[in-house]
Formats: sequence, C-alpha cells, structure tokens
Amino acid sequence: MSSVTLFGLCGAALVGLGLFGLIVQPGVLRKILAFNLLGSGVLLLFGVIARRGGGVVAGNGSDPVAQALIITALVVAFAATVLAVALLRRLVQETGRDSLDSDG
Amino acid sequence: MSVALAADAGLALLILGLAVWTSIARTAGGAVIGFMAYGLLVALVWVRLAAVDVALTEAALGSGLTGFVLLGAAARLPRDAPAARPGWGLRLAAGVVSAAVAAGLAAVVLLLPVSAPTLAPAATANLPALGLGNPVTGVLIAYRAIDTLLESVVLVLALIGLWSLARDGDWGGRPGALRSADPSPALVLLAQVLPPLGILVGIYLFWTGAIAPGGAFQGGTVLAAMWVLTLVTGLTRPPRVGGRGVRLLLVAGPALFLAIGVAGFWLGGAFLAYPAGYAKPLILAIEAALTLSIAVALGLLLAGPPLAQSGPRA
Repeated sequence: MSSVTLFGLCGAALVGLGLFGLIVQPGVLRKILAFNLLGSGVLLLFGVIARRGGGVVAGNGSDPVAQALIITALVVAFAATVLAVALLRRLVQETGRDSLDSDG
Repeated sequence: MSVALAADAGLALLILGLAVWTSIARTAGGAVIGFMAYGLLVALVWVRLAAVDVALTEAALGSGLTGFVLLGAAARLPRDAPAARPGWGLRLAAGVVSAAVAAGLAAVVLLLPVSAPTLAPAATANLPALGLGNPVTGVLIAYRAIDTLLESVVLVLALIGLWSLARDGDWGGRPGALRSADPSPALVLLAQVLPPLGILVGIYLFWTGAIAPGGAFQGGTVLAAMWVLTLVTGLTRPPRVGGRGVRLLLVAGPALFLAIGVAGFWLGGAFLAYPAGYAKPLILAIEAALTLSIAVALGLLLAGPPLAQSGPRA
C-alpha cells in the first residue's frame, strides 16, 4: 500500500466520521465542526485521486487543476462556516439555546 | 514497510484520532482546539501529497481563521446542559449509514484504475505564455479564472449575509465581536511587534505566488490575521459598515477582475482572456487587488456583524 492510498482511506474514514457527527450531535456548533470534518475528508479524497495522475506526469507536483479547485473550496468552506457561526450566535441571542430542537 | 510509509501511517492515525476527539470532546472549546490541531496535521498531509499551495491555505484558513471563529463562538455558548442526544435507534442507523458511506469511498480509493486522467501536462505546457512559473496560480487566475472570480464574489456575499444578521438598531455601527475588554500586556506587545513582519510575509506570499507556492488567498489570509490581531487588542478600531472607503476596498479586487475580464472580449477575443504579451502585468494587477480585497473581507468576516455604539452618545 502506498502513502497516497493510505491518505485516501483516511479521507474516506473522515467523511464517515463527519457524516455521523452531523446527524447525531445535538449542538449546532458540534454540527458545524462535523460538517468541516466531512468537507475536509472530501477534499482529501479529491486530492488523493488527483495526485495519482498529476504526480506521475508533472514531475514532483500534484495535479495543479485539482489544487486550484481545492483552494477555492477551502475559501468557500470558510465563508460558509463564518455565516453558520453568525447564524448560531443570533440563535443563541434570540432563544438562549444552541440546538435546533423545536420542542426542547 | 519503509520509514516514510510508517511516518505517513502515524500521521493518518493522529488525524483520525483528533477527528474522533473533535467529535466526542466534552466541551465545545476542547473540540474546537482539537479541530485546529487537526487542520495543521491535514496541512502536513497536503505537503506529503506535494500540494504545497493547498497546505498553505489549509494551515492559514482551514485551521487558523476557522478555528478562531469557532473558538469565539464556543466561548459565547450558553453554559447550561446541552440538548439530549438522539436515541439509540437513530444513532445506530446513522452509524450504519456513515460506515457504509466510508466503506464505499474506501473501496473506490482501493479500486481506482491504474492510469489516471489528468490535465497537468496541458496546465504546465501553457505557463510560459502567461509569464507564470506556478501552475496552480495559472489555473486559478487564467485557465479557471471564472472560478476564482466567483469565489472572490462569494466572500463579499458571505459578508453581506453576516451583516444582514445585525439587529436593526445596530446597523451602521462598527463590528464588535473582536474587541476584548482587557487584553493581556503580552498580547498587546505581540500585536505591536508582529504585524510589520506579518505584512511583509503576506505581501511576499502574494508576490511569490507567480513562480512558487503562494498567491492572493494565502497572502490575503496572513494580512487579515495581522489586522485581526490589532483589532483584538484594540490598537485599531474596525471601520463602520456604512463607510465608503471600506466598501470600496472590499469590491476593488472582484471589480478589477471583472473589468479586465470584460475587456478581454475586445482585447483577447473572449471573456477573461488576456491579450497576448500583457498577461503577466494584468495578472499581477488582479492578484494585488484581490489580495487587498480578500484581506479586508476576511478581517470583516472575523469581526462579526455591526453593533451599535456603546457608551455615551452625542
């Protein structure tokens, strides 16, 4: 097994872990964290799959197209996280709770 | 098993361990700190995958600034007991679904075809025409310029969304989430000593992005971090959200990018095409304006929605 495959399996496990946390965690902040884990696992998988082609052809580097897309994705994920956190803080301001249960 | 593979296996295990810690930590603050350490280790993985541009972005943005935002939120959460966790049935079902998804993805990784499709040779071959040496910057700013243009607009949209969450009475004030009441003297000293160096590093990252790992997003993130450091310690005050100057800085990057892109219809034959021979100076101008706008947008995103002026009013 190569290192690249190893990191690919790691990415797959991260996606599963993030998905589980997103469903099961009651607190919104924990859901945001889990969503970030999930996204980071997806990007890792993408990078691993792109690494196989780019690394072989373009000398030492990874595939530049995939790298550029991952950088774009990281910036968008940050913007989405900030917006989610701002919504959470407003939710706490309005209701005093940090979970989404309508009856709790 | 070679030494490198053993080290990589250790790295992967550490990452998985930190991800589990982030999921099960007792306090939200502990989980966020686990997530920040996790982000730094993922940056190491990107270095191992020879994607240094991504590693810089992950360390600065994915771990640093994201962790900063989440820590701020964790500190303001209500202290009372969290809502009840879902029942065993749902947890079991979620576990089965998540494990199935992870197993499916793992199978995909293991069963990938041997010869991978790639655009890397094409991306590298056309770099001299752009005057660039870093293929990632070439993709970001030339081949897939439309992605980068939209991405820089997404930051502005996120800021509009954030500002929309302000209460009516607070509109027009200064963002108030960062100012700490009583910053420690050590932090104030750091905020006085570090920014000159940090600004230099940020500008260097932007400049070197043309030929080596770096670029507008990495440089802008470092600049934003320096600004935020001075905001946290109260050395500078965030601008009023209604101010013309700050709004101009925010849209300068995307607007210049769009203007040069539209000019490409006449000068280069297509939207976002650069006229032959002028690609390098145009790209530098766009990247410089983008770096500034990204730094301002990230700083304002961290500074939160506006708050009405506290204290005595005139």
